[in-house]
Amino acid sequence: MRFIPTTKSDIEEMLNEIGVDSIDKLFQSIPEPLRMREDLNLSSAMSELELTRHLKKISSKNQLVEQHSSFLGAGSYRHFIPSIISHIASRSEFYTSYTPYQPEISQGTLHAIFEFQSLICMLTGMDVANASMYDGASSLAEAALMASRITKRKELIVSHVIHPDYRNVLDTYLTHLDIKIKTAPVTKEGLTDFNWIKKEINDQCAAILIQNPNFFGVIENIELFSEIAHNKNALQIVSIAEPVSLGILKPPGQLGTDIVTGEGQPLGIPMNFGGPSLGLFATQEKFVRNMPGRLVGETVDSEERRGYVLTLATREQHIRRERATSNICTNQGLCALMATVYLSTMGKNGMKEVAEQNIQKASYAKKRLLQINGIQLKFSGKIFNEFVIKTKKSPAEINGQLLKHSIIGGLDLEKYYPDLKNCMLFCVTEYNTKEEIDKMTDIIAKHCE
Amino acid sequence: MSKNANNIYGASGLVFNEPLIFDLGTENHEAYSLPKSDVPEENIDDLIPANQKRDEIKGFPEVSEVGVIRHFTRLSQWNFSVDHGFYPLGSCTMKYNPKINEDIARISAFTNSHPLQPEQLSQGNLQLMNELAQDLAEISGMDKVSLQPAAGAQGELAGIMMVRAYHRKNGNPRKKVLLPDSAHGTNPATSILSGYEVVSLKSNGQGLLDPEVVKNAMDENVAALMLTNPNTLGLFEKDILEITEIVHKKGGLVYCDGANLNALMGISKIGEMGVDVMHFNLHKTFSTPHGGGGPGSGPVGVKKNLIPFLPIPIIDKKDDWYFLNYNHPQSIGKLKGFYGNFSIFLRAYAYIKTLGKENIRKVSEIAVLNANYIRSRLKEDFHLPYESPSMHECVLSDKNQLQHGVSTLDIAKSLIDYGFHPPTIYFPLIVKGALMIEPTETETKKTLDKFIEAMKDIAKRAKEDPESLHHTPLKSKVSRLDETLAARKPKLRWKPQE
Repeated sequence: MRFIPTTKSDIEEMLNEIGVDSIDKLFQSIPEPLRMREDLNLSSAMSELELTRHLKKISSKNQLVEQHSSFLGAGSYRHFIPSIISHIASRSEFYTSYTPYQPEISQGTLHAIFEFQSLICMLTGMDVANASMYDGASSLAEAALMASRITKRKELIVSHVIHPDYRNVLDTYLTHLDIKIKTAPVTKEGLTDFNWIKKEINDQCAAILIQNPNFFGVIENIELFSEIAHNKNALQIVSIAEPVSLGILKPPGQLGTDIVTGEGQPLGIPMNFGGPSLGLFATQEKFVRNMPGRLVGETVDSEERRGYVLTLATREQHIRRERATSNICTNQGLCALMATVYLSTMGKNGMKEVAEQNIQKASYAKKRLLQINGIQLKFSGKIFNEFVIKTKKSPAEINGQLLKHSIIGGLDLEKYYPDLKNCMLFCVTEYNTKEEIDKMTDIIAKHCE
Repeated sequence: MSKNANNIYGASGLVFNEPLIFDLGTENHEAYSLPKSDVPEENIDDLIPANQKRDEIKGFPEVSEVGVIRHFTRLSQWNFSVDHGFYPLGSCTMKYNPKINEDIARISAFTNSHPLQPEQLSQGNLQLMNELAQDLAEISGMDKVSLQPAAGAQGELAGIMMVRAYHRKNGNPRKKVLLPDSAHGTNPATSILSGYEVVSLKSNGQGLLDPEVVKNAMDENVAALMLTNPNTLGLFEKDILEITEIVHKKGGLVYCDGANLNALMGISKIGEMGVDVMHFNLHKTFSTPHGGGGPGSGPVGVKKNLIPFLPIPIIDKKDDWYFLNYNHPQSIGKLKGFYGNFSIFLRAYAYIKTLGKENIRKVSEIAVLNANYIRSRLKEDFHLPYESPSMHECVLSDKNQLQHGVSTLDIAKSLIDYGFHPPTIYFPLIVKGALMIEPTETETKKTLDKFIEAMKDIAKRAKEDPESLHHTPLKSKVSRLDETLAARKPKLRWKPQE
């Protein structure tokens, strides 16, 4: 077994040193009835070549998904990922190290996370960010818990146009903690209903939770919500499932937001069937001691050289145990590294350009689709790279036709919003060519008209 | 450091200085390229409201492609990693991460799959997840496994939430969770997140949980006992069967933190110890890389009584068709977006297939052999707080060295100069000045011998020249860092100049 280099004579020498005559004797503290007598029922060992063949075979059952053009978004986005990123992320100095507990020999990871924290602050307009969250959904739940801790209140107003998965995860996290959720409805523009919230908000509210752009792709007016939240001494939390939008949209930090959470996958991380990804989490300086997760800070060594360490750890589970701000002990190091390299590679101009291409291409696709008889725009609000259309034919039929032409169509929304029958969420990014968009709309036109 | 140490252990190579990426840029340097937009261009002000549009992202990098590559390549050289050398960080199972698994995780038909794409396109993904869950169930003796939790801590959360859902269904969610005082910090934090109070149980003089202690703490208000087996001292809880029976008799459930599964594969099944629910750490036991702290993956396994409460979706199979089943009304719900850390599953799956039934037991055998070998050779030099037999890791302390003013921190920092990553230090909390050493099975005896030699040399220096250990490491990129300053005046980001 090539992963276990110990030889027979090594084993003998080692047993001799320990003073037992067999490996079995090392397991004597396990009671007899608990010791296995038979081999595990697993498949037989594979050589590297057999393993590669086996996995190629399984991957081929994925129906050559890389040869499809896709108009699916809804929380996982296909963006162009510059080649640089996988080369850096493949450096085993990064991927085979662990949490930087020993800063003297972890400056690579710590320096990169410090850059990540800085980049996310600039992107979101916030003061402080971490690299500790699993994904957009769970980081929103952590933000809700944090808001409840800060305000000592037990009620949340949650927009109905936050990603359904995010809302489900929020439910799971809150269910045992007596925190009540009030769900804010949607207007016909596809926006969170501001007037409803204005009427419903009271002194029990810990935070208003909004997604921007929201799950229907519509750009919310964040400032309105932060104003009414602050009027009631509540916080305002924005979840950003598609952070490429921040290449062009005003950062929440300039709109009065208290906590920004989000999904980092679109920043240079492959979709990978939904994971792993990276939760974004940023807030204002005054809330830093209430934050969950690990933080990297700058300091100096004994010779006054600049260096980085994990800091403000007294918030965390390994020190504070049951009084910790969260049970999280990860930092999503490698995913944060990928996002850091992506943001550094795209840079100031690239982030703007890619965001503009998304908005232009989505707008073009939307216009093309709306020229088709039997297709209507469902929500009239301004969009970034996703939009909802209402169709006469069922989404299942439309997507079936598209799939015959190797196109993955939009998301059928009925499963998530039962009243949105025959509604589809389309996503268009810089990855989609005009040719793809035209082909997709032509097929739908032919089928629907 | 004694003279011969310098001959045996690595010296530092060429180390570059490197500023922050923000200090590298030159206006209009570019590292990216995009195709020109091929759709008819609209006026951007017609597409987004003027008050929603941002100014340029002030301070964002403008660096050339080669600049980006050199920057991050240089940073990488400041890290110590498993691929550099021995990394005996206790409780973290820093074993070798097979390279073939990285190739497999980069097969484009996996990496490019969208989580919401039609099931007919995802049959390979779903089959693989189904098989991995079954293999984990077989290895652990649990009845069913969900791969969804993103990390060990989230696996714990899933587990304790299922405990709560189970009790609630039986009419009373109960109030307390029992935890040994040697537990990982995530255990109490998780219990609080699930709405429970925490009761700490004192370990006995052998470092083990005493059935009597459990019995005295156990009542109808206790939802669960949460333990780790082998525990964080690396000791097998030999009374586990009696303990789990005591808990079950009062209607409680037993949670096992699977952090230390590397001691038990093919040797003993956690599911046969009276455990109702446990989590796995794929990044520990199943060799998936630690990634500088993540992403990990923390699948959760349950016995029959808890299956209805597993997170959704469940991957099911009907005839030859795999599908995501959301129809589980008693489920605790979802813990993260989509289905779990899929690309981590690929690596763990490849690892299990490579080992196969022929080798999996050997992993644990050699992991335990290596830990006992280190313990046996170091116990004369370093204090061994508990005499009970060690499993895959051993815990020593600085008691002997403290007489000379040398602490665990000094020992750890000194090890760096010998070319090793230090063990886990000051954990578990019940051992003062703990040094928790987990060698794993992937190291040669030669490597272990060199590490032992280094430890012995440090013990010797502690007696003869303790002062020489207080300022280590000397060979690293930076020397000891001022952590007090970092916490007192937090500087958590770079800022562009106004």
